[in-house]
Amino acid sequence: MAKVRHGKLPGRYEMNNFIKRYPLWSVIFLLLAIAFLYLVLAPWPPELVASWGRKQIFLNALLGGITLGALYFLVAAGFTLIFGLMRIVNLAHGSLFLIGGYLGYEVATASGSWLLAFPIVFIVVGLIGLLMQFFIFSKMEGEELRQTLVSIGLSIVLADLMLWWWGGQSYSILAPQFLQGPMELPLVSNVNDSTGAVTWLRYPSVRVWILVAAIVIGIAMWLVLNRTALGMMIRAGVDDREMLAASGVRIHLVFLAVFGFGAGLAGMAGIIGATFQSLSPGEDTRFLLASLVVVIVGGMGSIVGAALGALIIGVAEQMGFVYAPTYSIVLTFLIMAAVLAFRPQGLLGTGR
Amino acid sequence: MWTERIPAPWWVFGLILLLLPIVASDFWLFQIMGWTFILGMIGLSLMFLAGYGGMVSLLQMSIAGMAGYMVAILGPSGAANVSLGLSWWIVLPAAFLIAALFATISGALAVRTDGIYTIMITLAIAAAFFYFTRQNYSVFNGYSGFNLVLPPQVFGVNWRDPLPFYYLTLACAALCYGAVVYLARAPFGLALQGVRDNPRRMAALGFNVTAHRVAAYALASVFASTGGILLVWQNAQIAPGTIGISSAIDVLVVAVVGGMRRPLGPFIGAFIYVLLQVFSTDILGFFGFSADRFKLIIGIGFLAIVLFSPDGVLGLWDRWRAGVAARKAATTGGGP
Repeated sequence: MAKVRHGKLPGRYEMNNFIKRYPLWSVIFLLLAIAFLYLVLAPWPPELVASWGRKQIFLNALLGGITLGALYFLVAAGFTLIFGLMRIVNLAHGSLFLIGGYLGYEVATASGSWLLAFPIVFIVVGLIGLLMQFFIFSKMEGEELRQTLVSIGLSIVLADLMLWWWGGQSYSILAPQFLQGPMELPLVSNVNDSTGAVTWLRYPSVRVWILVAAIVIGIAMWLVLNRTALGMMIRAGVDDREMLAASGVRIHLVFLAVFGFGAGLAGMAGIIGATFQSLSPGEDTRFLLASLVVVIVGGMGSIVGAALGALIIGVAEQMGFVYAPTYSIVLTFLIMAAVLAFRPQGLLGTGR
Repeated sequence: MWTERIPAPWWVFGLILLLLPIVASDFWLFQIMGWTFILGMIGLSLMFLAGYGGMVSLLQMSIAGMAGYMVAILGPSGAANVSLGLSWWIVLPAAFLIAALFATISGALAVRTDGIYTIMITLAIAAAFFYFTRQNYSVFNGYSGFNLVLPPQVFGVNWRDPLPFYYLTLACAALCYGAVVYLARAPFGLALQGVRDNPRRMAALGFNVTAHRVAAYALASVFASTGGILLVWQNAQIAPGTIGISSAIDVLVVAVVGGMRRPLGPFIGAFIYVLLQVFSTDILGFFGFSADRFKLIIGIGFLAIVLFSPDGVLGLWDRWRAGVAARKAATTGGGP
């Protein structure tokens, strides 16, 4: 198939180009950005409060959306990498998330250390992913549908095994002492009219730190992908697997590494999910679907796309939940449908 | 005569199905056979899309559910504040039409990308519909759904009695089966198979690839809707749980286990699935497990089929027949 690939252009040039080609859209985007910044930073006048509710609600929904997006990103990043490189639609990815959460709960309660759970879960769930790739998926390379069907079978079996072992009740992991309680963010929540005293927004610190951690992981992944030899191989594999194999790279080791890493990341996301909310049977499907929608919106096989998609879906879900509870799912779905209709390869996906 | 082209085993098979009520109990007729035909029809709509169109859609249960919901919403039901209570000759065509519209719109979205993306996009749409029915109370009556959805008393027959219901589902299943067999050989079906095998070449020949795929979604919706409406009548209720993610995946399991190459496959898969489901307590008890582990059996069985016989039980049968024929040829050919 003939593919037209645009070379990497310097960012500033691309931006100027965009402004020149779409002056109207640029103005609209700029106005939207200014309005958004005003909503976030300025204290709200009474008329706005009357129509939209208190600013604190808006900020909480926004931050909740961003932190939920961080969680979605951690799950979807592995999913999109595995898909981009190996063309496997791993529908057992949600199960890996749930296994990670349950194992994290066991480790955290047994050792009493929340932080210790992360490396252990990363290694154990990563190993499960390695085994899946080594014993099952690598045996049927190139048969995309069969791999997907196998992953569905695995997800059914794993879901029932987990239900057997951990039962139907919900678990949640308590955040450690130093992360409990709220912290003040430099965002104005409310200004008292008579005294002029400023109330700053208070937000659960564990969520803030998880957001920071997700950003750090995202940047680290971007650096590994774009600045190291391994990342070069992965990117080359995403573009043309056969050519990479032909040039002497032991591609199966790269596959194993990516599958293990993606699975481990999903497992760690499980711990975070258990700390944010709670774990119960059915969460695996919920997070699988979230990652599906995130990568459909963001673009398959693109890490930056996964981040963008996760942010959009997370914020849309929380905003919808606060301002239009009946239609919050529809909002998420409409975003997906709009992306599919106008840009089927996803916002940052490359056409293939 | 076209009847002469149907081989003898099919006549025997048909006769057995027609005369089954003489020996079978009400439970077998209503629960096992009725459910098998219904699940088979929904699986058949997936088989039509996947086998002839190359589009593995996880949406078929949602389309069936949409038709079922429309019967409950437009017709009479226990939720009198939501249901409109129209008479059946308006309700049934409307249900088919709305489900077909839903299938066409979702299909048009799903065919924007092809290959393995289809499965992801249709799964996402199915999930969105499931969550929407669960949250929306004004039309879909939310979490509780609709109960007391009964079939109309046409010709003075209570179609929910085991015997009439058996013949009703049998007739619908036979019609759907016949329609798929006919479509597979009609110009549209042949063009669809051409699109499955080589879309670029078909496009070069002047066929509208996208239109054929969307039309396949619309046609498949008829089979799914038939199954969905009968399913609502059989259970006398519909709720979001009926169209959940696991039900959507069950339809795929049924079609894959039976075999997605031929229209008979989904019915065989449905029969196996229903038998396992109904007798799971006994089967699992025999191996010393509790009845809760039904999904584990289904999952392991599905994995085994996908790993060892990707074209399902029918594929196993074909290979066995080929093996027998080869052995026969070897013995006769090896003789003097």
